[in-house]
Amino acid sequence: MMDLRENGPETATEMTDYNFAYLDEQTKRMIRRAILKGLAIPGYQVPFASREMPMPYGWGTGGVQVSAATLTPEDTFKVIDQGADDTTNAVSIRKFFERTAGVATTEETSKASVIQTRHRIPEEPLREDQILVYQVPIPEPLRFLEPSEVETRKMHSLEEYGLMHVKLYEDISRHGAIATAYAYPVKVEGRYVMDPSPIPKFDNPKLEMAAIQLFGAGREQRIYALPPWCRVVSLDFEDYPFEASKADAPCDLCGADDSYLDEVIMDDSGTRMFVCSDTDYCASRRAAGHVGAQGAIEQEGAA
Amino acid sequence: MYVAVKGGERAIDNAHAWLAEERRGDTDVAELSVAQIREQLKLAVNRVMAEGSLYDPDLAALAIKQARGDLIEAIFLIRAYRTTLPRFGHSVPVETGDMACDRRISATFKDAPGGQVLGPTFDYTHRLLDFKLAAEGDIPDAPGAAPRDAPTPHITGFLNKEGLIQTEKESDDTPADLTREPLALPADRPLRLQALTRGDEGFVLSMAYSTQRGYARNHAFVGELRIGRVPVEMEIPELGFAIEIGEIELTECETVNQFQGSKTEPPQFTRGYGLVFGQSERKAISMALVDRALRWKELGEDDMGAPAQDEEFVLYHCDNIQATGFLEHIKLPHYVDFQSELELIRKLRREAADASATSKEAAE
Repeated sequence: MMDLRENGPETATEMTDYNFAYLDEQTKRMIRRAILKGLAIPGYQVPFASREMPMPYGWGTGGVQVSAATLTPEDTFKVIDQGADDTTNAVSIRKFFERTAGVATTEETSKASVIQTRHRIPEEPLREDQILVYQVPIPEPLRFLEPSEVETRKMHSLEEYGLMHVKLYEDISRHGAIATAYAYPVKVEGRYVMDPSPIPKFDNPKLEMAAIQLFGAGREQRIYALPPWCRVVSLDFEDYPFEASKADAPCDLCGADDSYLDEVIMDDSGTRMFVCSDTDYCASRRAAGHVGAQGAIEQEGAA
Repeated sequence: MYVAVKGGERAIDNAHAWLAEERRGDTDVAELSVAQIREQLKLAVNRVMAEGSLYDPDLAALAIKQARGDLIEAIFLIRAYRTTLPRFGHSVPVETGDMACDRRISATFKDAPGGQVLGPTFDYTHRLLDFKLAAEGDIPDAPGAAPRDAPTPHITGFLNKEGLIQTEKESDDTPADLTREPLALPADRPLRLQALTRGDEGFVLSMAYSTQRGYARNHAFVGELRIGRVPVEMEIPELGFAIEIGEIELTECETVNQFQGSKTEPPQFTRGYGLVFGQSERKAISMALVDRALRWKELGEDDMGAPAQDEEFVLYHCDNIQATGFLEHIKLPHYVDFQSELELIRKLRREAADASATSKEAAE
């Protein structure tokens, strides 16, 4: 324990006093138990005794706790937010694990063994020796239909998902389409309706993948998981099938027409361009010689 | 030419450096010491200890200094530190009946054994700015008196002798620990009280106030409010008995609430309970009122549908660290979600425009 009067306040900021990956082993064990239970019951939200982390709730504390319980010293860690490695909160979380776990970090999807993400699934298909950790704000897919946790847990246990189907139906009758663009609900292995976290629905088909997917919601004290190649179906109707949509344009930097795009405003008159949200995907395509409509200009400028 | 935004890392480092500079302020003005905060901003320190759930005035004062006086930020620093501390064990329950009271008042009896002791309170000060404080100066010593030797009995104990107030169930069960187990509902009273004592003072105050204004009114009197120090004892397995390991300052409030009786309970007074670290009486009284409101089911009262009666609503929203984190996270980038919303709204507008064009053609 720290004693201010002897050591001075500086010691409080030294990270060396903390365990590998910040959390103590007992806490990690508790989290691993929740992860294993989650993997055993895909899509089921496992309550866990979430800890206060040194970053705020809502800023990835669930993902950080899951990563902390998952990382080993040999791992290579990648953090993305909105698909990008250089967004401020991704930088902050990556730095946190560099300091507390001393693990190698990378921006290359293929070189990472553990990837923590917020709001995206990387474009490059993941392998079975990789783990994708999601930061989840509201784990309950039924939350905005029913605010009470007591009620929604009951609905899950009874497999009572009528409310969700009515919501989707009402969307169609009102707008002619399902008006959910991100955090699009899925059904896992024919049993639990699950919130895939606020990924764009473009990413939903990728939820069936070779890697283990772990979802951590710190403030809401829930962990859930998808084992490899687990069946994940986006909710829809036969006559209104699910559609993974993106901006109808190729990336202006690398020319990719299969990646999710961010829209960037270029000037005061509102000129726009589209660029890959997955920065590693875009950079590696450009390194391989792919050029988009405005990518050539950048190369000239750089030369 | 477009160059993707880079440099998040450098921006963060620079922001932190600027923050440190801002925290210090004008260097021509003497720096605050942690001890000054601990001694002269004691009520802020108390709030940080109470809502941070850690009794350590030095660390709380340090947190206030580091947080530039933002108390929720300071509470957050304490919580994040607290969660890393190992658990050596737990104390035996503190006996507030043995409290060395600095303040002890009752609104239900004019006088009672132990007397009414105002103590260091703002209550009867006139809220006039004291411009003398703007200049430094010594204060005269306050008159002293010999402290009371005998323990000060609880006021509600007198009511209990007549059987006029409901008796609380005794239990030796180890209460659940909110900081070590996920919150599960329905929560029992010990768990609710834990959540309330570390809950946000403003939130608990407003919930309590709402009951006074008629949202599940429960007619509370302050049966007793006491502030003082109590010894903390811990059983040491090697010794086989409890030894005193220190003292903490507590505020305890017991409300006496009117109760007409219900199907299951006879007419009698009922109680609400508040217990908070430090001198935190607004919080302790608020806590007692909300505690009482949350007991409607146990006492066989009607559910008025009031927010303060809704355990899930109160417990899920009283924690200011959870609330502030989630509220402020909307500052983080959301371009991906926003982009998908943009696509959707463009699509819906396109379809609406097509549909109205078609119907116009049909009309022509």
